[in-house]
Amino acid sequence: MSAAHAAEAEPYQPVFVGKTLDRLNEIIARYPAKQGALLPALWLVQEARGWISDDAMAEVATVLDTTAAHVKGVVTFYTMYHQHPVGKNFVQVCTTSCCNICGAEDVVKALLEETGAKELGATSPDGKWTVIEVECLGACGFPTPILVNDDFIENVTPEKVPELVRKYR
Amino acid sequence: MGYPQKPHPKETVVLSEYFGDPEARTFKGWVKRGGYEALKKALAMDPNAVTEEVKNSGLRGRGGAGFPTGLKWTFMPKEKKGPHYLCVNADESEPGTFKDREIMRWTPHALLEGTAIAAHAIRAEVAYIYIRGEFTEPWTVMTQALAEANAAKVFGNITIYLHRGAGAYICGEETALMNSIEGKRGNPRIKPPFPAVAGVFGKPTTINNVETLAAVPHIIKRGSAWYKGLCLSSPKSTGTKLFSVCGHIQKPGNVEVTMGFPLKDVIYEMCGGMRPGRTLKACIPGGSSVPILTKEETEKCLLDYEGVAEAGSLLGSGGVIVFDDSADMVYQIMRLARFYAHESCAQCTQCREGTAWTTKIMERILAGKGQMKDLDLLLDLSENMTGKTICVLSDSCATPVISGIRKFRSEFEDYITGKKRPVMVA
Repeated sequence: MSAAHAAEAEPYQPVFVGKTLDRLNEIIARYPAKQGALLPALWLVQEARGWISDDAMAEVATVLDTTAAHVKGVVTFYTMYHQHPVGKNFVQVCTTSCCNICGAEDVVKALLEETGAKELGATSPDGKWTVIEVECLGACGFPTPILVNDDFIENVTPEKVPELVRKYR
Repeated sequence: MGYPQKPHPKETVVLSEYFGDPEARTFKGWVKRGGYEALKKALAMDPNAVTEEVKNSGLRGRGGAGFPTGLKWTFMPKEKKGPHYLCVNADESEPGTFKDREIMRWTPHALLEGTAIAAHAIRAEVAYIYIRGEFTEPWTVMTQALAEANAAKVFGNITIYLHRGAGAYICGEETALMNSIEGKRGNPRIKPPFPAVAGVFGKPTTINNVETLAAVPHIIKRGSAWYKGLCLSSPKSTGTKLFSVCGHIQKPGNVEVTMGFPLKDVIYEMCGGMRPGRTLKACIPGGSSVPILTKEETEKCLLDYEGVAEAGSLLGSGGVIVFDDSADMVYQIMRLARFYAHESCAQCTQCREGTAWTTKIMERILAGKGQMKDLDLLLDLSENMTGKTICVLSDSCATPVISGIRKFRSEFEDYITGKKRPVMVA
């Protein structure tokens, strides 16, 4: 990003105002140390913005009396926090052994094709889809489980993919 | 057998009785089914008496280690000087295991009740239930159940909070989980100090698995003698256990059996056996971190801590992964190694480097670029990854590799000699 571009960018709007701040304060009260609310605070940011920017990490650090470096360390440790914007529908497909032997990789192929995302981690040209492979989703008896945003869907097969994608499009 | 299958006549249904019954999820429905009677009874008892009852039952931790639950509770300070905490490990992420998910999504109040009883026993005011981030449905169900139970004021002076993880297998390790609750990276801590001395927020803490706590109300209500009587083989393994059966199996799902039940009956009778025309090749009986069993070993294996050890593996979390003759063991072991490489917290060198190099060497073999000496290299690496790190993630990666090479060596050799076509690109 060029300096000129950065200067034109809109000023950062804080996440923790009004009701979201109230929710955070209620969460902070659950822990004997403010930092205990860090993971929940990051979830609130992601819920509001879809991803967690450096500016947002700095804001979280301020409201929880910690450093931006600590917050970044935490964000980068946990795979479910997005450090970049993702498609409107973020799809996570389990491809670990138990699902793998039941055809999970074919489900991935079908999803990449049908959504137009084409490549793992890439976002489709219409901005609607990002598909990633994840390690064990903990639903091994229902292969292949996938997460579309917060919707947990069991027993996905390549044949079911077109209809599923239509539903979310 | 749990949802979506009907229970099999050979099951001993205790924890899974209401799997698939949506009414059991509600507070009213749970009370109607006898729920929260055990909590009422426990709260009227001395905490030490509750611990004693659980100790006498023989209940052992269902998360994987199999440590006696009541004994663990006695490690908490006798004299209370400050807050005590209970952490509930609902970060179920061990490949092959999906029992805690079913407990939470169908019988959330069983977990809440067990949690409150355990908190009373260890004299904790606050309990945190750490639910993995991907479990969106259990999270919603648990949130609703907790709100209903709180409204009915059943927990006395115990407060239960839900804490959502954010995608890290390692947070299922007890000290990593505590760091995660404290808002830190999920790096396991060096022990000692043990959690009962300095756990979450530096205070005395006990951590228990979901299935362990779900069994506690039954023990309080029906007595330790009843629980102890649920035993088919070794007297050191008592009660019932959920086994999550998955992979190449006709009817995957959770099966609840009395400790000591034969694994072959679970696979062939209760879960419908192999797909038509297929035969059993291998089985991982306790989640991906335990040694792989051959067909012969599987068919001799009794499902309790001692029985599975005798068969050459570990009971672990009870995640039974079944492989039929169509499975490519080399590829699947590579996938497991990749899983551990992805999930390593990277604190310890043996783990960070070992899991990554194991994966790379396995991929090289699968790409047809392997050499015979790679097999010895993998075994050497695995040996250096065992027993040398802060937690056992490193050992868990080494385990399937060691047992895989030992028991399915010819499959590795076929890729190296070119007898089998490469399935990956180098």
